[in-house]
Amino acid sequence: MTTQLFGAPIRRKEDPRLVTGGGRYLDDLGHDALAAAFVRSPHAHARIVDVDASDAVDVEGVVGIYVHDDLPGRVGEPLPLLIPHPTLTHGRTGYALARDEVNHVGEPVVMVVATDRYVAEDACQRIRVSYEPLPVVVGIEAARDGDLLVHDDVPGNVAAHMLQEVGDVAAAMAAAPRTLTLELDIERSACTPMEGKGVYARWDHERGELRMYSSTQTSTGVRAAVAAKLDLPLAKVECIAPDVGGGFGVKIMHPWPEEVLVPWAARLLDRPVKWVEDRREHFIGSAHERGQLQTVTVGFDDEGRVLALDVKFWHDNGAYTPYGIIVPIITSTQLLGPYKPGAYRCEFWSLYTNTVLVTPYRGAGRPQGCFAMERTMDAIADELGLDRTEVRSRNFILPSEMPYDHGLLFQDGRPLKYDSGDFPASLAKLKDLVGWDDFADYRARAEAAGRKVGLGIGCYVEGTGVGPYEGGHIQIETSGRVNVATGLTSQGQGHETVFAQIVAEELGVRMEDVHVTTGDTRRMPYAVGTFASRAAVMSGSAIALAARNVRAKALRIAADALEVSPDDLEIVEGTVRVKGAPATSMSLGTVSVLSNPLRYAFDDAAKAATQFAGTFDPDKPPVADDEEPGLEGRDFYSPTQATFANGMHAAVVETDPVTAEIRILRYCVIHDCGTMINPMIVEGQVHGGVAQGVGGALYERMAYDESGQLLNASFMDFLMPYASEVPTIETDHLETPSPLNPLGIKGAGEAGCIPVSAVIASAIEDAEGFPITRMPISPNDLWELRRRHAAGEVPSLHRLSSTSSKEPTA
Amino acid sequence: MKPAPFVHHAPVSVEEAVSVLGEVGHDGKVLAGGQSLIPILNMRLASPGHLVDINRVTGLDSVEVTPEAVRVGALVRHAGLERSAEAYAALPLLRQALVNVAHPAIRNRGTTVGSIAHADAAGEMPAILALTDGVVEVAGPSGSREVAWSDFFLGALETSLAAEELAVAVRFGRFPAGTGTAFTEAARRHGDYAMAGVGVAVTVTDGVVSGALASFVSVTDVPSVLDLGPALDGAEPGSGEWDAALDTVAEAVRGHVEPEGDIHASADYRRMLVTELTRRALPRAADRAGADT
Ligand SMILES: Cc1cc2nc3c(=O)[nH]c(=O)nc-3n(C[C@H](O)[C@H](O)[C@H](O)COP(=O)(O)OP(=O)(O)OC[C@H]3O[C@@H](n4cnc5c(N)ncnc54)[C@H](O)[C@@H]3O)c2cc1C
Repeated sequence: MTTQLFGAPIRRKEDPRLVTGGGRYLDDLGHDALAAAFVRSPHAHARIVDVDASDAVDVEGVVGIYVHDDLPGRVGEPLPLLIPHPTLTHGRTGYALARDEVNHVGEPVVMVVATDRYVAEDACQRIRVSYEPLPVVVGIEAARDGDLLVHDDVPGNVAAHMLQEVGDVAAAMAAAPRTLTLELDIERSACTPMEGKGVYARWDHERGELRMYSSTQTSTGVRAAVAAKLDLPLAKVECIAPDVGGGFGVKIMHPWPEEVLVPWAARLLDRPVKWVEDRREHFIGSAHERGQLQTVTVGFDDEGRVLALDVKFWHDNGAYTPYGIIVPIITSTQLLGPYKPGAYRCEFWSLYTNTVLVTPYRGAGRPQGCFAMERTMDAIADELGLDRTEVRSRNFILPSEMPYDHGLLFQDGRPLKYDSGDFPASLAKLKDLVGWDDFADYRARAEAAGRKVGLGIGCYVEGTGVGPYEGGHIQIETSGRVNVATGLTSQGQGHETVFAQIVAEELGVRMEDVHVTTGDTRRMPYAVGTFASRAAVMSGSAIALAARNVRAKALRIAADALEVSPDDLEIVEGTVRVKGAPATSMSLGTVSVLSNPLRYAFDDAAKAATQFAGTFDPDKPPVADDEEPGLEGRDFYSPTQATFANGMHAAVVETDPVTAEIRILRYCVIHDCGTMINPMIVEGQVHGGVAQGVGGALYERMAYDESGQLLNASFMDFLMPYASEVPTIETDHLETPSPLNPLGIKGAGEAGCIPVSAVIASAIEDAEGFPITRMPISPNDLWELRRRHAAGEVPSLHRLSSTSSKEPTA
Repeated sequence: MKPAPFVHHAPVSVEEAVSVLGEVGHDGKVLAGGQSLIPILNMRLASPGHLVDINRVTGLDSVEVTPEAVRVGALVRHAGLERSAEAYAALPLLRQALVNVAHPAIRNRGTTVGSIAHADAAGEMPAILALTDGVVEVAGPSGSREVAWSDFFLGALETSLAAEELAVAVRFGRFPAGTGTAFTEAARRHGDYAMAGVGVAVTVTDGVVSGALASFVSVTDVPSVLDLGPALDGAEPGSGEWDAALDTVAEAVRGHVEPEGDIHASADYRRMLVTELTRRALPRAADRAGADT
């Protein structure tokens, strides 16, 4: 009679509001605010000689112009290094406004505050900054050479050098019957959410209080950072994330210079101030990710079993390291995917370049790791003439081996220990879905018609739901309305829906009575943030625990009132009733009335809880010693380790035999994120992730020239795929529940994008017959590769070494 | 990304528009659909002091078909021309090319005359004006004049239009009976400016080619027409002789174009691409020519 809510593909509660223009994004707020705009460095590396603002001060409407010298105390000190690590020996962060030196194009140098953004930009245009250019380091090779330095005091441009080894790689490699070495290259991309960053701050002079709004993935983090920078008590700072138009990682970085400067200016001027990032600023002033060079050496036996894996990679961390070295750490650990590597050694260097800083972007180092591992699996298969899925199978960690401890430390400083997963079952489903075993026939028919097609595969494991914790708070009003709060933020994932599903199921209330608030430090001051595919696992679990507390309390109070045992009660559609005797019941709203003894009646419901209403035991206090007033509950979830989701993708691509244009004909996904709260939302996450993955595989790159100018800092030239470039995505699920949390769930947010570059490379390689080692790949790149292959500069795959490819027409 | 201050003028007649343009001279810019100009202003790549917004000017929004030409007024949006049944019947090439101009939302606002006045080497419609031997009708302080396409385009983003002149219409010339056309291009993403594109017109008389022309997008800095008659005249489409002629065509195209490389594609790639696109477009045009006779 009650419909199952948990696990149902319920439509998103937030969508009617969001798709009909009812969203309230940062720029929808603060119409009375002053506007900030920035003069940003046009140089990738230079010393600031002079700032001349004399032509700008007279622009009508300008309120203030600020350079680093104007920033007092901690506002003028370097921005925090958020995640220190022992191997990050040379961590460097920038200033809110550059002090003496700029280290990338786009670094803020001057802030202008004016009556509106137009005026602020007029003034910016009139400010003359003189620079003394310094030598520029762009690209991983240049950084690795170390001839030129980004930071004078960082030798070799090495921010961090880290090595993890499990087993004796040298010995295992020496003993391996076969070895292969791959040189791989992944270029930069970026989150590019539809809404850029934005900050709006109001200062209450009388109370000495700051309220700020930020388009952030962590309002608690921003709040703490800004309170520290502005030297304010935490209690005097509120931070709210309004509707956020996408984040994908770039908004978990904090505090951005603007998040410090805008509140500082609001306090200084005692007027509301707002800054909304424009697209060009987002390209040159936020963060990128992905760029790595990798060398993989693998030792294996004649069956294709990996005996030793030795990985070295060089990671481009951009000009500064405020977010530490989370990205390369994730690459180095998640690279292993669903496989047992034998002995494993991974060494990386995180290098400075004079480019925009690098912080996590959906996938966060995993796409690079997956690329390394999956290219290696394909190479082993080709070397041995084995089916690519067969080689993978032979290296899988088996369900019987779970939990599986790799003996490495993960990004949260805890053991890399897989909790669950059934990789052989996932692979079997994938082969079925894509028709793996029938592909040879399909290829033969296509080739007969003059077409070139290929089939690719990629597998990954994703550590999701990392700690330290999240909390949930639930309060039931006397009307029966259920208010749910969790501190992490939402950027469109559907939290209002899935968290409501959890609460509705746990409490026995209707979906429409549940109202979820996220990212508001006034409602839940303890929180970490939305990243690492952790919202469902962390906040979902915390909310479930909180709901169980509230449920227990409701049953206790109702049992008392109905004079039955709590064990005899159930809650159905918001009514507490006796099992088998549903007429003996009371609504949760009434329970809420009873939970909160009142002195004053303000409506009929409240009257029932006042001191002269009804009977009470004169020997007991109105609120029992071990109770609190109100029908509410709070709980926190803090796991000992991450939970590991996994997935396997396959794609069929077609390449034009002459023009080398690349088309994805089919894209298939098997996805296992444990128990699904809402399969429709999971699929939406997978689709979005695959779309971003397609961008990273075929379209997106950051085209820096050697002087450090980003040549494609607009959506005209940075080729994010349109709907027309994203193939139909076929999905199927496996649900291997996590034993780690009360709901059996694992994260799903990033999964879709992780293996896409590996899968597309695998498919193009299969179509072309020569190795693909560098992604993304454009038609021009593929055409060049064909020319080099025809000229003998690129080897053929073994399976094809007898046939030579047709010469392209030049 | 906010434009510098400017004065907005909203004339309602061609005379008024031309008179304002005369007053503001080089400090003024015509604003039509704004799909090229507004981004330029927002990025402050240009900061004209005056915008002469022609969107309220009457009499510029019609498409007229005459026996010789399709005449398109300065306020006809790409989408309007694309959907015009009369224009399509008279000159199918227009729609064949227009569906490649950006995306529907941009075509709803952007004007065909505006894109010709803008003279982007990557624009489709300048190449089509050239292929159809078209003419630009210009109004200026000293009266009206007509400019043949070959005198109109001077360089990338450069035309013979004076600062105080307004393009009021363009006329795309119609082809002789028995002509089939095709347009094809390759872009990195659907609707982007093309890496290379080509429009072709093939006239077939008594089963053999009697004339063939091609005009290119993104691989020449001003529109230019390549006469493929020497390669194809006399060939019967689909015959062995035709196939051999296509090789000669490829050679001619390779020699004719002067692509430049950028971050999306190298010059070599574009040269290969436009050659292949031309090979693919010609049989389609020839087919349609056959259907026409
Ligand atoms: C995302 C995007 C993608 C696009 N892709 C393509 C594409 O693939 N192919 C393509 O061809 N175009 C493309 N465009 C441009 C589009 O076609 C524009 O419509 C066109 O370039 C200009 O037309 P407009 O009416 O918008 O002109 P405006 O932007 O208003 O003006 C452009 C220039 O022409 C001048 N001008 C305009 N009308 C006149 C006139 N009547 N007399 C004198 N001068 C005039 C203006 O002063 C200005 O210098 C794209 C635009 C965008 C935003």
